[in-house]
Amino acid sequence: MAEKKKRADAVIIGYGWTGAIMAKTLTDAGLSVVALERGPARDTSPDFEYPRIIDELKYAVRGDLWQPLAKETVTVRHNLDEGAVPYRKYGSFVLGNGIGGAGVHWNGQLWRASPEDLRLRSHIEERYGKNFIPEDMTIQDYPVTFEELEPHFDHFEKVCGTSGVAGNLRGEIRPGGNPFEGTRSDEFPTPPLPPIYVAELFEKATAELGYKSFPQPSANSSIAFTNPYGVRLGPCNLCGFCERFGCFLYSKASPQTTILPILAGRPNLEVRTNAYVTRILRDNTGKTATGVLYIDEDGREVEQPADLVVLCAFQLHNVRLLLLSGIGVPYDPVSGDGIVGKNYAYQMNSATAAYFGEDVEINPFIGAGAAGLRIIDEFNSDHFDHGPHGFIGGSSIYAGATGGRPIEQMMTPPDAPKWGKEWKTAIRKHYRHSAPIGAQGSVMSYRDRYLSLDPTYKDGHGLPLLRLTFDWHDNEYKMAAFSAARVAEIVRVMKPEQQATLLMRPGDQYDVRVYQSTHTTGGAIIGTNPSNSFINRYSQSWDISNLFVMGASAFPQNIGYNPTGLLAGLAYFSAAKIRDSYLKSPGPLVPA
Amino acid sequence: MKETSTINRRDLLLGASPTATLMILGAATTDSAIAQAATTAVHYVPTFFTPVEWSFINAAVGRLIPSDGPGPGGLETGVPEFMDRQMELPYGHGAYFYLQGPFQPDAPATLGYQLRYTPRELYRSGIAAANDACRTAAGKVFADLAADDQDRFLSSLEKNQVQLSGPPAAAFFAQLLENTREGYFADPLYGGNRGMAAWKWIGFPGARADFTDWIDQAGHKYPYGPVAISGARG
Repeated sequence: MAEKKKRADAVIIGYGWTGAIMAKTLTDAGLSVVALERGPARDTSPDFEYPRIIDELKYAVRGDLWQPLAKETVTVRHNLDEGAVPYRKYGSFVLGNGIGGAGVHWNGQLWRASPEDLRLRSHIEERYGKNFIPEDMTIQDYPVTFEELEPHFDHFEKVCGTSGVAGNLRGEIRPGGNPFEGTRSDEFPTPPLPPIYVAELFEKATAELGYKSFPQPSANSSIAFTNPYGVRLGPCNLCGFCERFGCFLYSKASPQTTILPILAGRPNLEVRTNAYVTRILRDNTGKTATGVLYIDEDGREVEQPADLVVLCAFQLHNVRLLLLSGIGVPYDPVSGDGIVGKNYAYQMNSATAAYFGEDVEINPFIGAGAAGLRIIDEFNSDHFDHGPHGFIGGSSIYAGATGGRPIEQMMTPPDAPKWGKEWKTAIRKHYRHSAPIGAQGSVMSYRDRYLSLDPTYKDGHGLPLLRLTFDWHDNEYKMAAFSAARVAEIVRVMKPEQQATLLMRPGDQYDVRVYQSTHTTGGAIIGTNPSNSFINRYSQSWDISNLFVMGASAFPQNIGYNPTGLLAGLAYFSAAKIRDSYLKSPGPLVPA
Repeated sequence: MKETSTINRRDLLLGASPTATLMILGAATTDSAIAQAATTAVHYVPTFFTPVEWSFINAAVGRLIPSDGPGPGGLETGVPEFMDRQMELPYGHGAYFYLQGPFQPDAPATLGYQLRYTPRELYRSGIAAANDACRTAAGKVFADLAADDQDRFLSSLEKNQVQLSGPPAAAFFAQLLENTREGYFADPLYGGNRGMAAWKWIGFPGARADFTDWIDQAGHKYPYGPVAISGARG
């Protein structure tokens, strides 16, 4: 029999970025809020302190800030006919854990989507015709426009002390920014850092080719900055330990460095760590959520009753928890019926490694997750005519690595030996003089790519793992080949001594052993009606009006940008509506 | 190597530890100097590895990152010690991996590691099986083979061209190479990368993690040697 806690006005599941955003909004409105976080409490001090955070083995290789896979992982199969097996060791993506979630160990690459990304099906049909979209591609429009989200993108960028240059300020195209971006209402709150050396070489090469490079929008603050909540961030020093680490300098935006300090001590907020939610509870009509069931740090089952349930876990966990709770109709890839688990998507990346001569001092260890990087956006979204190329989507193309950590970021040419005396020679020759130029590519959604509960494998509590059914489609192979060719052209202009391109070619299967992207999306998608989506434009469940679902599980297909800016924009858009309408009159915010 | 002498001078000026200095000098001088450094630097009694396994690990590390030629080898930088210590940590016991069955080792390789072995188990059965294979082929355990033969055997493990009685040869080799590189490049606090010799060799400044003064100097060579988490300077 579960211990039953005192009822709260709202319970938040997961205390990362969207959990923090919702906790602020709901406690501002005077609600009593319980936030449940599966992992431990963590903060800049003492958990991310210098020098002990500067430990590649502990954090980047073993992954001490990540979800321990021993207790819960996912299973993966490539198609409906293959048996799924567990993702036993980290590779393809890494999962967050603890307060701040993946928002602790992200890179801080903070993008908005392109306006056309948010009405992708309509846009493609209008420009290229209905037949341009393959029959099994299940892309759809967001039920919310770029213009509606813009104030929320802008706000979140300020919360994060984001550095960058506006390329489209209130309709004026400005030099030095991204000319393809949607209209901004304001400049970035902090200026960009100068480019790291490889990014400087990239700026010159792309200019020569007629492209317009710009600073990576970076949630690594470039200066001392006080955000709209009065929380202070410090300047990034390009320490090279960003991605996979917590920031010791209060520079990289995370919930800890931007929002949580003002929530600490609020009497109407209780945060419980090591609380593993196993089920969202409903009343006997099934139409109203009544709270959640979780397992506490002592292994006891606890019920937390609440009037409002906000699901703020990582994308994969959101979907798993809905399925474990029996909420919604699980997606069936054969009939195409059902919603929960539909439209799982990923990203398809490619890169060209540039190996320069020993006179070119790349200093790869001087870097950050986002600050100092440079980008071009000519070949992303629908910024170019896709007609002759026959695919949908694209890539943002960026210069530079996030650090030069030698265990994982050592670059030697593909023909160099992997061990032995010659390997020693190769690492010395190339380490300080090599850099990658990458393409972060979109992946569309398809009828046969989805999420479901695994029939065989269980977590540490005996509950089914989530199963990913995923592999690449022709559209993505074409997109990647096109993007990789653009990258290779740029690198040739940079004149390295040697270059090598890595991309997935037709026939190459999704390979979970190699880190690619943690930008997994879909499964509880956003849409215009209950037949095409799990949530409405305010991220509210169509079926259960006191259940809201945040995060990239909403994305109907993936984009060629990092997802945090878009998912935070959706969360703030939802939060504003909850505050202004829902709390005054609970119920469906959009008629079904 | 024109840059080697630059690094040596700097390291000497910065007062590198005697061991590190010896290794750096060795790196730039002769194989015998390196061998001497190796024999004087390694004093460690393994906890996990048995004497036979320890001989295998030392022999294998000595070929994966050999001491001959320019640059520090895996032995004098303490890679075997690193590996033994890792085996005593939760990592060695498989605490970082999902190890619940059923196991389907014949799943497509692209679906990742599907063996039931923890790293400890992989070494225990992998080393025994590798030594068996060497005995069958050459009448000697791996550690007693000539260096060239050791290289050939490691290469055949890497390419999965040997049938081992325990784990697949390539999986065992992958574990061996992965931990060898980790020990070479990880912070010295884990027992390898003694004197930060591997960091000095490639020019990685370790845990400095502060490049404020270099933000405006893109393209200029960074001049400082490494520091370790302990505060030691190289």
